[in-house]
Amino acid sequence: MSGGLPRRRLLGLAGAGVALAGAGAAVGAVAAAPRPPEVEGASSLTGAVPFHGEHQAGITTAAQDRMHFVAFDVKTTKREELVALLKEWTEAAVRMTAGQEAVDGGAVGGSAEAPPKDTGEALDLPPSALTITIGFGPSLFDGRFGLADRRPAALIDLPRFPGDDLDPNRSGGDLCVQACANDPQVAVHAIRNLARIGFGRVSVRWSQLGFGRTSSTTRAQATPRNMFGFKDGTRNVKAEESDVLRDHVWVSEEDGPDWLVGGTYLVARRIRMHIEIWDRTSLREQEEIVGRKKGTGAALGQVDEFDEMDLHVKGAGGLPVIGVDAHIRLASHEELGGARILRRGYNFTDGSDGLGHLDAGLFFVCFNRDSRTRFVPMQNALASRDKMMEYLEHTGSGHFAVPPGVREGGFWGDTLFR
Amino acid sequence: MFTAPLRATLVAAASLSVLAACGGGSTPAAGGDGGPIAVEAADDACKVARTSAGTGNVTFEITNKGSKVTEFYLYAEGDRILGEVENVGPGLTRRLIVEVTDAGKLQTACKPGMVGDGIRGDFTVTGEGRKSVDTDTKLADATKEYQRYVNSQADSLLVKTTEFVDAVKAGKVEDAKALFPVARLYWERIEPVAESFGDLDPKIDGREDVIEEGLEFTGYHRLEKDLWETGLQADSPAIADRLLTDVKEIVTKAKTVELTPLQLANGAKELLDEVATGKITGEEDRYSHTDLWDFRANVDGSQAAVAALRPVIQEKDAALLTVLDEKFKALDDLLEKQRKGDGFKLYTELTEPEVKDLAAAVDALGEPVSKVPEAVAK
Repeated sequence: MSGGLPRRRLLGLAGAGVALAGAGAAVGAVAAAPRPPEVEGASSLTGAVPFHGEHQAGITTAAQDRMHFVAFDVKTTKREELVALLKEWTEAAVRMTAGQEAVDGGAVGGSAEAPPKDTGEALDLPPSALTITIGFGPSLFDGRFGLADRRPAALIDLPRFPGDDLDPNRSGGDLCVQACANDPQVAVHAIRNLARIGFGRVSVRWSQLGFGRTSSTTRAQATPRNMFGFKDGTRNVKAEESDVLRDHVWVSEEDGPDWLVGGTYLVARRIRMHIEIWDRTSLREQEEIVGRKKGTGAALGQVDEFDEMDLHVKGAGGLPVIGVDAHIRLASHEELGGARILRRGYNFTDGSDGLGHLDAGLFFVCFNRDSRTRFVPMQNALASRDKMMEYLEHTGSGHFAVPPGVREGGFWGDTLFR
Repeated sequence: MFTAPLRATLVAAASLSVLAACGGGSTPAAGGDGGPIAVEAADDACKVARTSAGTGNVTFEITNKGSKVTEFYLYAEGDRILGEVENVGPGLTRRLIVEVTDAGKLQTACKPGMVGDGIRGDFTVTGEGRKSVDTDTKLADATKEYQRYVNSQADSLLVKTTEFVDAVKAGKVEDAKALFPVARLYWERIEPVAESFGDLDPKIDGREDVIEEGLEFTGYHRLEKDLWETGLQADSPAIADRLLTDVKEIVTKAKTVELTPLQLANGAKELLDEVATGKITGEEDRYSHTDLWDFRANVDGSQAAVAALRPVIQEKDAALLTVLDEKFKALDDLLEKQRKGDGFKLYTELTEPEVKDLAAAVDALGEPVSKVPEAVAK
């Protein structure tokens, strides 16, 4: 078997050229996997998204349909072992996002007496726009690895929000990895192989599968629906809004610390939805709770989904058409002193809860420049006043500093461990 | 337990016509008799392109051509606001969609500078009106009957809470523990009504985990924690006094609240939601584990609301009534199996299958109860 065989076989789709280029360039190449042609936004559901760049992929990348998110505890106490792992991970991530096996010839090209180095379930599958994004949790900076003085001030331990019912087994973590792809098997393959590479040095603390995106991150994408049946993310920050990204998503030099410039902060919240109760709620009330029409997604008082919502319109008796406790009002930057976040959440259904109800909801993921001034005030407003809270329960939580993108030849976190 | 949304639901339901303004068809842009009506608002003029419309959704598009921030209003007789848009800055265009349900003589007004009576104009609406559910006598009887129920429960709430508070203050822990679930029965039966009074609810019934930052943990659940978990504290008597003060206030208010039939119907559903999210999981009374008392009381309250509406449901959807009776009975039978002495087994004494059966019965009942508002509004 050719060791450099790309994961994706020649299926004759748009990615065929990628595969060929991969086969040629991978011969003898170790660190730098072949770089596939760039895909533009969501125009290629099966193609590859570049791994290297100023920012990590998987943030403003057109939101893929599937997600596998994992948080790790670091088990080694040796800094050099952690750094070595990050290098190995980066190498594997570069390959997998290009549609290749985690390790050159990993699936079937090795010794017949050895377990294959790639688990193999993604053989024959296209890159599927796989992105792999890493983040560092507050606990990574506890002193084990000489990082205590490098913890960003904004990487706070999130406060307790009213109504939180957090499960420690679904919260926290030293590291997180978000894998998103348009094929669930590709996303799971990525996490599975990173976890495998990490054995002995890290262990999986918790993980979450998401089966459908609930946000669009580019203007070309249609707004998807969440488990409440409503369009979600109509007003999300979009990849095209470079000013907003600069002001609200990316950590700047003036924010610091230096190693995080060009990075961002990721907040993950596992939000269980009481969908059975919701389903017994009248359409009128559902729409009042959200503040939007269920069909069109238009803000109440407007006609089309993207008509600007107007918080100053009142109806009979002078009461606001978008209620004072409507979700879209409380989450709006107008009500939050201009604060915005980039959302990238996914629907989930993790079996049932033992009481005859689906354990379903939204795995909320957002990226912001400083969670203290964006996510936290927003979540405080929602947790204490949002009508929707009656139907929600936050069961998991994580906060991570997401380092900037990796340059060619670099590795995840190289700015931190330099 | 306190959940802000329940309270909000009642408040919001009180303004049905506002909600209707945005609950209409999917193309609200079409005015009562044609497209949007342009309004040119200047500092000294308010030019409404068309001054009549048919009943239904009427859309105004207000452009501020003046130099002052302005507002636009649509008034019914007696300056009753049907719709308004505020804060229209110079040069901006904003949209106001109003659902006008009845024909009549209305007035438009621009308010440059956002002060005074504004620049008025007449606006005529023609066409058929919509029947209001509130005028039906059967419905009126239903709300009166439920009001009597609320009154009686409120009286008992005050009596039993007073006894509970006295026991806490006297340091009689065992007496207080026995009275705790009893006093809460009356609270839980009329919970949606009680919750409609904003700030009082979290003070009386807030759970430690849902109290907002900066608010003190008080009320029944604080005393529950003292009695079962930490032992009575130095400030327990003061907390007890405050509970009684708050309960007195809510009792007075509950007796004056005027419910619409739809609120009544929605309240029946909300009580079951409470059971499904709080009681069936044992989260409500996490120290005393007396969740089944609350469970029983929520179901009682739901049943009382449905009972008050019975003649209406009978008339409009007799089949639904049959299902409701059946499902209420099934849940009753299951609950009564868990009786122990004067009260109920503790939540912690229930087996997993028992909890699951109760949850399934609540779901089975919740479905038909969720159809009551629609039947009432028919």
